[in-house]
Amino acid sequence: MPQETNAFFVAISLLLSGDAALMSIVALSLKVSLVAVLVAAVLGFPLGAAVALWRFPGRGVVVVTLNALMGLPPVVAGLCVYLLLSRAGPLGEWGLLFTPAAMVIAQVVLVLPILAALSRQKVEELLGEYREQLVSLGMSRLRMMPTLLWDARFALLTVLLAGFGRASAEVGAVMMVGGNIDGVTRVMTSAIVLETSKGNLPLALGLGMVLLTLVMLINAAAYVIGEMARRRMG
Amino acid sequence: MKSTITLAFAGIMTVGWASQAHSEDYITLASTTSTENSGLFDAIVPLFEQATGIEVRVVAVGTGQAFEIARRGDADSLLVHDTAGEKTFVENGYATERADVMVNDFVLIGPASDPAGIADAQNAAEAFADIAEVEAPFTSRGDDSGTHRAELRLWDEASVTPEGDWYRELGSGMGPTLNTAAAMGAYVMSDRATWVAFENPQHLTLLFEGDDVLFNQYGSLLLSKARYPHLKRDLAEQWHQWLLSDEGQQAIAAFEVEGQPLFFPNAQ
Repeated sequence: MPQETNAFFVAISLLLSGDAALMSIVALSLKVSLVAVLVAAVLGFPLGAAVALWRFPGRGVVVVTLNALMGLPPVVAGLCVYLLLSRAGPLGEWGLLFTPAAMVIAQVVLVLPILAALSRQKVEELLGEYREQLVSLGMSRLRMMPTLLWDARFALLTVLLAGFGRASAEVGAVMMVGGNIDGVTRVMTSAIVLETSKGNLPLALGLGMVLLTLVMLINAAAYVIGEMARRRMG
Repeated sequence: MKSTITLAFAGIMTVGWASQAHSEDYITLASTTSTENSGLFDAIVPLFEQATGIEVRVVAVGTGQAFEIARRGDADSLLVHDTAGEKTFVENGYATERADVMVNDFVLIGPASDPAGIADAQNAAEAFADIAEVEAPFTSRGDDSGTHRAELRLWDEASVTPEGDWYRELGSGMGPTLNTAAAMGAYVMSDRATWVAFENPQHLTLLFEGDDVLFNQYGSLLLSKARYPHLKRDLAEQWHQWLLSDEGQQAIAAFEVEGQPLFFPNAQ
């Protein structure tokens, strides 16, 4: 049987078997990436909106930096967080290296620039449209921030998904700071790397299909929620 | 600001992982890809965990990186295969104890057609010289791993400076290097464990084995308590002693892949 077809059957049987080890890997992948995206959103959306709303010296540099960091290579993010969390590093006392928390931190570093840069752009667009109304209502910039973010919520949902895609798809950072420890820090992508290195390509590809299916489901759910909300709001 | 961040991370940890039931008693073991990829740890670690209740968290990397992880104080114990490097590590005061645990051996893998004719070589050095002479493609780990260090010693012994288009340094683990060699039809030196457990050989086959210089010693190291006071030295000590005990040594001997034992215990 050709390897690719074989991988398809492996993926199907993996999903159907409900294998406990696989389920815990899937659960950890989702947990790490979702928590990372939530933390990044809490920090990144206000940051993006603030950069859109305020004028300050060096603003251009901040905008360019945020945009550039969207392309930060995951291994570089991983290496920086590794050096930070290592016992020999400044935050070594926390003892977080090779734990899921370290993986969340690394993914926050990767996702934060995406959420901040894209939300800045969306908020800036809205600000262009509504500035006069908002000013005539006598709104301060600080008050505009939640208003504009709320108004951009559907666009920001897509931004969140882009961030989640980045987090769940990367392997360089989680592998470096998590260590790919069986049952503790092994996620979908690092399991795929491991199986590939064992030459078990059908299983690796099968895991890849499982990961893709999950990402599809999450995107579909977001789409449905978005559509329902849009219809209700009119 | 700093307190906000600390709070956020504390939040992550409690919300996310309070539910995950892991024993507090665990050690982090930095080890090599050969021991992980072959399935050795899957076979022996549960036995140790059962006997002691101590969880062993294995970070499998190249020997060079394993040393680096330990040097920074991020691993409680080391199981690697570069005896010379291990002894230096102890001499430099990073580790206080080192013991032989087990051996396996390196084998030379290549395309079944064997363009360099290494299957007939008298010894490993001759096989390496044959490959260099016909400039047959050779994939090297190139990652400062124990296997890479051993390969470089063998080129040296064959009086060959490996360079040129035929010599490809990949900078990858053993498995990825075998994948690349399979795709290129190249020669490659592998530890026997990874090779036997490898599932994508395509046209590659084992061509040369058995020379004493291909002997591959694994050692267990305990990190210095004085230098790294935060490490779980007592737990690591139990793991170290278990590896050397009759029970541990028997577990290693009993581990087989496809009916073939891959590691031979040789603790003193």
